[in-house]
Amino acid sequence: MIEATALTKRYGATTAVNELTFTAQSGRVTGFLGPNGAGKSTTMRLILGLDSPDAGRVLVDGVPYRQLKDPLRTVGAMLDATWRHPGRSGRDHLRWLAATNGIPDKRVEEVLALVGLTSVGKTRVLQYSLGMQQRLGIAAAMLGDPRVLLFDEPVNGLDPEGMAWIRQLLHALAAEGRTVFVSSHLLPEMAQTAQDLVVIGRGRLIYQGTMEDFVAQTSEHGVRVRTPHADRLRAALSGQAEFTEAGGAFVVSGLDSDRIGQLAFDAGATLHELSPITGSLEQAYLDLTRDAVEFAVPSPEASR
Amino acid sequence: MNLLAVERIKLFSTRSPWWCALITLALALGFAAIFASAQSADTPVTLSATLFGGTQFGIAVVMVLAALAVTTEYRFNTIRTTFQAVPHRSPALVAKAIVLAVVALVLGELAAFGALGLGMLMRPNDGLGLHSSQDWMNVAGLGPVFAISAVLAVALGVLIRHSAGAIALLLIYYLAVEELVQLIPKIGHTIHEWMPFNVANKFLRGSAVIDGDGGGPAPSDSPLSPGWALAYFAGIAIVFLLVALGVAKKRDA
Repeated sequence: MIEATALTKRYGATTAVNELTFTAQSGRVTGFLGPNGAGKSTTMRLILGLDSPDAGRVLVDGVPYRQLKDPLRTVGAMLDATWRHPGRSGRDHLRWLAATNGIPDKRVEEVLALVGLTSVGKTRVLQYSLGMQQRLGIAAAMLGDPRVLLFDEPVNGLDPEGMAWIRQLLHALAAEGRTVFVSSHLLPEMAQTAQDLVVIGRGRLIYQGTMEDFVAQTSEHGVRVRTPHADRLRAALSGQAEFTEAGGAFVVSGLDSDRIGQLAFDAGATLHELSPITGSLEQAYLDLTRDAVEFAVPSPEASR
Repeated sequence: MNLLAVERIKLFSTRSPWWCALITLALALGFAAIFASAQSADTPVTLSATLFGGTQFGIAVVMVLAALAVTTEYRFNTIRTTFQAVPHRSPALVAKAIVLAVVALVLGELAAFGALGLGMLMRPNDGLGLHSSQDWMNVAGLGPVFAISAVLAVALGVLIRHSAGAIALLLIYYLAVEELVQLIPKIGHTIHEWMPFNVANKFLRGSAVIDGDGGGPAPSDSPLSPGWALAYFAGIAIVFLLVALGVAKKRDA
């Protein structure tokens, strides 16, 4: 479990993370969603004790990260697949990392096999494709068989096959009871992966809850109606439904399009348009985070 | 112990340390060979001339090796992964300093004894050899001086984090600054007496002023005894390392 409480991080005049409070439960895939520069990577670094918060705290399984003994055995993370020396082989990269926490070399072979890199273990990383680098990053995260896993934009730049592979892996890890915390700036990808959601914008919490609630809350339905006989339609709808009206176009909520069509017909109003508005998840997300993007300033996350 | 193994794996699983080690040895042996073959037969080649390549340029290359071992970690962000695995940070950096000190020590001994051996082979009649404790200090002392220089370079690498910056600073300081300080009127000479590499040279060369004209650097003007000179040099490296540890611990990775 990851618990952040009023977490705040400033870089100079920029507040990258602002009073952020959220939890990520064990046994669930928690999506960490926000536009680029919202503070996702900064939050990840704060969780891992790489950066120090200016205020607030974040606990991993009840303990601040820096107090963990052999932290790789509790928390595995892939913040950036490019965090490795290009001249070193994938196996050597995992070997030194394993040695830091007294993890045996045998485990290195296991995680290489887990991500399907056994055959290229001795190849220098600079010859790895993006997908292979991503797999190596996941192997590194899995070294200590950790209860908590953090992935920052794990599907960035992957082909559909790679995306599906990661999605299945994340689900499997959560099903084993682990805490899986995965960030993305793409909602559609998250919608297929995450069970819970933490949405942030400009370093602040916008939403925390289940994916289902998020979808239900944000995909409000309505029907768009255009008519040259606005008066007749207005009279017909009055008392029947809520509606807003602008320039001869109505947006009606609380009635489905069949019923509205019947009402309009009965009132003698000609309809030029009668179209249900299905709120897309992506639109809901964009609406939620629009303010967060509009005034966004380049954060350290973007410049690093 | 784990962390020493970690830094050993890191160091030897990339190519640049091997190249730097090779260059260090090539410089030490190469200069020994040049002096041995260039000097006319009636002027004997001195010990300090034989060791010239190692004492003058070997140190510089070893410092490049040590600085790169740190700055490439910053360059490729493996330092973040390291700090993620070792959240207290200092143990990892101390282990790195120790591993590089040991590697530098071994390189220094190989360079010094290798150069001496080559000199004796090429100039069998010049009386080169380990005849006095001073001779021993001159030769075997190169290892400890390499080791301390490596620690100094690790500390600067941590502080500066950029390869080019760290290397430029180290080399400019080592090759020019200590000498140029002497140009400052009145106090320049006194300052120079306490400059770290000048003091290190005191340990290496002792107070032997008479060394013939067989090449090699001018002897050190440090007032310290050779033993204290080594301690002083080591002390400076340790102070720099402690400052670097403090900074690395506080800084956002």
